[in-house]
Amino acid sequence: MTNPNNATITTVHRAAFTAGDALKIPTSRILKDDGNLYDGAELPTLDQATALKMYDTMVFTRVLDERMLAAQRQGRISFYMQCLGEEGATVGSAAALTEQDMIMAQYREQGALRYRGFSLEQFMNQLFSNELDLGKGRQMPVHYGSQAINYMTISSPLGTQIPQASGYAYAQKLRGLDAITLCYFGEGAASEGDFHAGMNMAAVHKAPVIFFCRNNGYAISTPANEQFVGDGIACRGVGYGMKTLRVDGADILAVYQATKMAREYALAHHEPVLIESIAYRLGAHSSSDDPSGYRSKEEEALWRKNDPIARFKAWLLRQGWLDEAADKAKTEQLRVDILDALKVAEKVAKPGIEHLISDVYAEPIPALQQQLDELKQHIRKYPDAYPITAGRFE
Amino acid sequence: MAKMNMLQAINNALDLAMAKDDGVVCFGEDVGHFGGVFRATSKLQEKYGKARCFNTPLTEQGIAGFANGMASQGMKPVAEIQFADYIFPAFDQIVNETAKFRYRSGNEFNVGGLVFRTPYGGGIAGGHYHSQSPEAYFAHTPGLKIVVPRDPHQAKGLLLAAIACPDPVIFFEPKKLYRASIGEVPEEYYELPIGKAEVLQQGKDVTVLAWGAQMEIVQKAVDMAAEHGVSCEVIDLRSILPWDADTVADSVKKTGRLVINHEAPLTGGFAGEIAATIQKMCFLHLESPIERVCGLDTPYPLALEKEYVADHLKTFEAIMRSVNF
Repeated sequence: MTNPNNATITTVHRAAFTAGDALKIPTSRILKDDGNLYDGAELPTLDQATALKMYDTMVFTRVLDERMLAAQRQGRISFYMQCLGEEGATVGSAAALTEQDMIMAQYREQGALRYRGFSLEQFMNQLFSNELDLGKGRQMPVHYGSQAINYMTISSPLGTQIPQASGYAYAQKLRGLDAITLCYFGEGAASEGDFHAGMNMAAVHKAPVIFFCRNNGYAISTPANEQFVGDGIACRGVGYGMKTLRVDGADILAVYQATKMAREYALAHHEPVLIESIAYRLGAHSSSDDPSGYRSKEEEALWRKNDPIARFKAWLLRQGWLDEAADKAKTEQLRVDILDALKVAEKVAKPGIEHLISDVYAEPIPALQQQLDELKQHIRKYPDAYPITAGRFE
Repeated sequence: MAKMNMLQAINNALDLAMAKDDGVVCFGEDVGHFGGVFRATSKLQEKYGKARCFNTPLTEQGIAGFANGMASQGMKPVAEIQFADYIFPAFDQIVNETAKFRYRSGNEFNVGGLVFRTPYGGGIAGGHYHSQSPEAYFAHTPGLKIVVPRDPHQAKGLLLAAIACPDPVIFFEPKKLYRASIGEVPEEYYELPIGKAEVLQQGKDVTVLAWGAQMEIVQKAVDMAAEHGVSCEVIDLRSILPWDADTVADSVKKTGRLVINHEAPLTGGFAGEIAATIQKMCFLHLESPIERVCGLDTPYPLALEKEYVADHLKTFEAIMRSVNF
């Protein structure tokens, strides 16, 4: 072995520091706030239909978020998480993929899920954990997933999807598939051990995965400057020896272009790429959180101007691809549709009692079957205490 | 049939599984060209290529996470954790991810076919970081299957069954027996049932239950007891999760007594779960309290290993206490 340490030796004769901020990582921006392009900015190839789908998906995400946060406040669902401020990052990246690509998200990427075709009814069934929910009512709201559209079911523990994405992408490569994996996580989750594990595994084993870090400034209440000291998350990609991009997450065209480029590279070279998207979590962490305890209204107001939807809309209008009046009517109709779907989903029954034990294993083990039989006997004795399932089994 | 030690039997099982199914991939620390620190994956890289048998960086959580991802794509990763003592960085990936993959997705995704192979147990002068038996931690996690073989024949058949299993399996290998246990092993592909105990010796006075490396320890004790006129029924549990309560209960209903032996510490050990279940299933048949012969509630010692372990003499004493109660 000629280089057993796998390190490049540039000899000096007196020790010299390399500073923590030595890397100057460029941040790509295409669209200005007013919908004009930056000088020298190059538009990605984008047809009108795709652009409108991206826009509609962002609007859907925002309207759904508004409505469902309100539903949570009314006590109709137990929990909710908004994407507010990050619609451009999630939709722009998802739009750059093909449908064969796997998406492994964290939990705030409903825009990507919608872009893949998750229906309004499917959203509602999951949020109300009813018997039509693909996840059989087992996970808290927003933990979506669907095999049919290659969107891995969300897991609450932070960062666990990162090494999994490396493994999934490695399997795609081994199978010779024309597909990659895109893995979302936040700058807070990048502090988890699984981040290091997953990045290093992907780099060493050459897995075609895009690690998409949504640096949105906050992990619940903890600001990014209490989360890490280095230059964002992007600098770490370089440390793992992988191609790295940083992009303005409120600029959907920049996100789209960067992710397209990353996908092409990952697939052609069987290598991971890290993208750091810089945006701001405008909403609370979740419906259980109150940002007024840790950040100012002034700060929020400043970032509210950096709205990915308004920016993209301005560009679409300039392009002549969007009709303002029709768009307004469409959004109004969407509000109605969402409320209607909500009212339907909340009346659908909860999953049957057999789903307490199904899917723990491919087939229930004997002990589980016995525990279910005993439980049914108990419920028969006290039906009033178990109104969801009592009377729904033989 | 061929004479094999346990490592050869495991290597042979992996070889057959990889030949049978392109989706079977072996990886872990030093697993590639070197064939693992115990050589369980010897020659597999040579035979199946670097893409299907490879070294990983030193990251147990990374290995487990990577394995979860591969299995969820439909492949069958056989991931080695070099020592069971080092499985804990992977605990979250195994307990929160592997075990719940199918359940939490409503069967949209699963990690069936995933096997974690890991050498466990004492008897190699390994002290507390090369000797632990952590099966009870995982037995508390619905969604996992846990298997422990006692000899080469069992190791091959159970490992092939684990790889074929639609549920994820942790396969604990008694490293003390890797080279010490030698036996006749069929050369062809075969599976042994997961979740089924095996009665190794019929008896009428007391049931003696163990698994893995402890089987030969309890056999020694049982032979001593026979010299004292005590007839023991010997059962190898083989699977910790799910465990075969019916076979154990049927035996205890016949003998009226039960002695459980395991290497892991007493408190919170799997013997406690067995004792609780069997006292309920066999209450009116029991002639004496259920005995547990286990490790002490201390870290696994080095210099005083002999004193610590659940050896044949302690087991013999427990058998005699049980029959003389």
